[in-house]
Amino acid sequence: MKNSLHVISRITVAICAIALTSAYFTPLWQILMWAPQYPEGLEMKIWINNLTGNVKIISALNHYIGMHTIEVSMFPEFKYMIYCVGVLILIGLLAALINKRWALLAFVIVLCSAGLALLIDFYMWGYEYGHNLNPDAPIKVPGMTYQPPVIGTKQLLNFTAFSGPDVGGWIFIVVVLTSFGALVAEQFFMKRKTI
Amino acid sequence: MKLNKIISTATALGVAAVLFSSCKPQGPQAVTTSGAAEKVYVAPGKYDEFYNIVSGGFNGQMSIYGLPSGRLFRIIPVFSVFPENGYGFSEESKAMLNTSHGFIPWDDLHHIALSQTNGEHDGRWAFCNANNTPRVGRIDMKTFRTVEILELPNSAGNHSSPFITENSEYVVAGTRFSVPLGENKDVPISSYKKNFTGTISLISVDPKDGNMKIAFQLLTPGIDFDLARAGKGPSHGWFFFSCYNTEQAHTLLEVNASQRDKDFILAVNWKKAEEYIKQGKGKKVSNLKYAHNSLDEKTGVATSEMLNEVLQLDIAELKDLAYFIPCPKSPHGCDTDPSGEYIVASGKLAATLPVFSFAKIQKAIADKTFDGDYSGIPIIKYEAALHGEVQKPGLGPLHTEFDGNGNAYTSFFVSSEIVKWEVKSLKVLDRVPTYYSIGHLSVPGGPTKKPYGKYVIAYNKITKDRYLPTGPELAQSAQLYSIDGDKMQLLLDFPTVGEPHYGEAIPASMIMPNTQKIYKIEENQHAYAAKGEKYTKVERKGNQVHVYMTAIRSHLTPDNIEGVKLGDEVYFHVTNLEQDWDVPHGFAIKAANTAELLIMPGETQTLKWKPQEVGVFPFYCTDFCSALHQEMQGYIRVSGASSNVPLTFSTGKVEAEPSGK
Repeated sequence: MKNSLHVISRITVAICAIALTSAYFTPLWQILMWAPQYPEGLEMKIWINNLTGNVKIISALNHYIGMHTIEVSMFPEFKYMIYCVGVLILIGLLAALINKRWALLAFVIVLCSAGLALLIDFYMWGYEYGHNLNPDAPIKVPGMTYQPPVIGTKQLLNFTAFSGPDVGGWIFIVVVLTSFGALVAEQFFMKRKTI
Repeated sequence: MKLNKIISTATALGVAAVLFSSCKPQGPQAVTTSGAAEKVYVAPGKYDEFYNIVSGGFNGQMSIYGLPSGRLFRIIPVFSVFPENGYGFSEESKAMLNTSHGFIPWDDLHHIALSQTNGEHDGRWAFCNANNTPRVGRIDMKTFRTVEILELPNSAGNHSSPFITENSEYVVAGTRFSVPLGENKDVPISSYKKNFTGTISLISVDPKDGNMKIAFQLLTPGIDFDLARAGKGPSHGWFFFSCYNTEQAHTLLEVNASQRDKDFILAVNWKKAEEYIKQGKGKKVSNLKYAHNSLDEKTGVATSEMLNEVLQLDIAELKDLAYFIPCPKSPHGCDTDPSGEYIVASGKLAATLPVFSFAKIQKAIADKTFDGDYSGIPIIKYEAALHGEVQKPGLGPLHTEFDGNGNAYTSFFVSSEIVKWEVKSLKVLDRVPTYYSIGHLSVPGGPTKKPYGKYVIAYNKITKDRYLPTGPELAQSAQLYSIDGDKMQLLLDFPTVGEPHYGEAIPASMIMPNTQKIYKIEENQHAYAAKGEKYTKVERKGNQVHVYMTAIRSHLTPDNIEGVKLGDEVYFHVTNLEQDWDVPHGFAIKAANTAELLIMPGETQTLKWKPQEVGVFPFYCTDFCSALHQEMQGYIRVSGASSNVPLTFSTGKVEAEPSGK
């Protein structure tokens, strides 16, 4: 059939779509912090609709420098992320069902856009959180802002902060790469068929 | 000639003096052992291998050291007030020190018993005794806090305590002094033999929550009980007590209680006692008064209830309950070996160290190999109970602990040494000096069925020149020896606080993972807790002013209070809102005649303050909590008794309290 997917690609896409369900029960992102007084480290885990870890302690420490209290309610994303991921899964399953190359291409594009949007969103929140400081803060360091890194490590006063994917985030990355791989492979299989 | 004789005698004496002085022994010196330093060195950031839980003697407290480093980590107040953290001063903790004689701020804490399951440490609780006003305390090893204190009626000097059975069924409490009991206590001291009675209390320990209760009390002849150990393995169900003053002296015991060639070990069949209790043979005595204090861990408040009844069994009246075993001169230690078969008795003034065999004791009882009786209690023939004697062990044996390889380690006060010997063969294997005059000693797990061995610690009674001198009053000294090899090896000399009598050591791995870091604020059920700044308030009830205060880095809420009048009693109920490990807040107010509060995260504690003059009084956080700790302060205004300043309170700026998950 013209433009049909190879059976392996088809299975791969289906598995990718199913793998995305892990977002509902694994943390997607993590922020880790260390300081001389916190050799054991503090952590904040970002889930699809929740925050866990030492959120209270991080907020209590951050109030000195005028940062806002981190609360689940300050993230509207938590309200609709569960649906967004559901849509992603649905598109993946549909692509496997439709069994056409354009469907796979659509899935990969949507996946990449979603990932990119999340990163931009996270950067924008981090910018706001790190720059919009209470002018009455007990400690004010001239010129200092506290935007957490989007990905990687950054020194913020006495804290070394690390930001990066957690289990769910890694699964998402693998899903993106695998789907993209399937797309490339399709190109390769199709060429062979036409010879 | 006479002169010649004098000259020659003088010359001879001179020569002898020179010879004598040249072979004069050297004083005790630092015995350095190569490689000792690295065996006790715990590198920065690393942990000790054992917790050493040590009695504080006359400071009435329990101290926690690490081994092998000998570092002091913490002092747990038990029977004495502790202004450092407000124990005995805060409204919550006062009741812990209540007794039938009222509030008592001090006692003398001698011995430690760690809870056991199947004859091995289980790391749940540490028990300790108050020697002066008889009590037993229980410490929770999750929080390292005193959670329960039980007073002992009919006891006077709770020295033979708090030794424990192999499943923590009972903690024992034998009286050091016999005293007159019952209705008529106003008797001549010289009527000791007629009117004085001893008691041994068996305190049951609830296997679930550890709560203590006097299950029953044994009435004994009027003698003195010194130390004890429970049987284990085959001897489980028995308790062995060392007794002195079988002469029944009531004055100058130093001489008068040292006359008999042999005193006794009292062997008690507590399983038999349980049977008698089940059969209803216990006599209920109900004209008593004794306090039972416990800490409610949900509210953090200690309460004291007064009890008035115990069940008593008379060991002279009931058969098969107790037997005396003769033991040389005023025995102190009375220790069962890990197998439970051997009982080592240390006669303080004896030249040999007798070891009794449990199997032989049982046989002697079955065959009635008795040597008469003492106050109606059968005396087992010495030879019939004896496994053997350790010959020429040393001078002044006090106490014995064991390793897991069949060896015993006995402390010798007079000859100031530890002697290692083999239990079965009774052969002396090694001896090392201690600095100076050792009392008890401790092998990690020594009183259990499975000692961990590795070290023996000497808790000494005399310090003298061991450390930099600090005037007439000195710290006590302790030494740590390695017992891994054939020869004991001195590794470390470390000072100890109070006067440690006995201590137990337990692997850190049994305590460390369970340690509690904070109290969860949402589980705080203190009646005056303010579980968030929005719940802070000041209320007047007659002349009582209750301040519901919170502490969080770095402010107290409220920090400005007005409307208090002379004659008022102000109760500062301070809740620490922190939920992070090691962020306590302190609270102190000028002119308080109590002590500070030291409030752990999530906890509420109360300081009662009665202002004596008009003015504005400062209060502040006493525990350096944060970069802005110094700013954590406030004022309370005290007006005249007839003033009409309204009761108001505030904090300059109320910030939204941290929330989130």
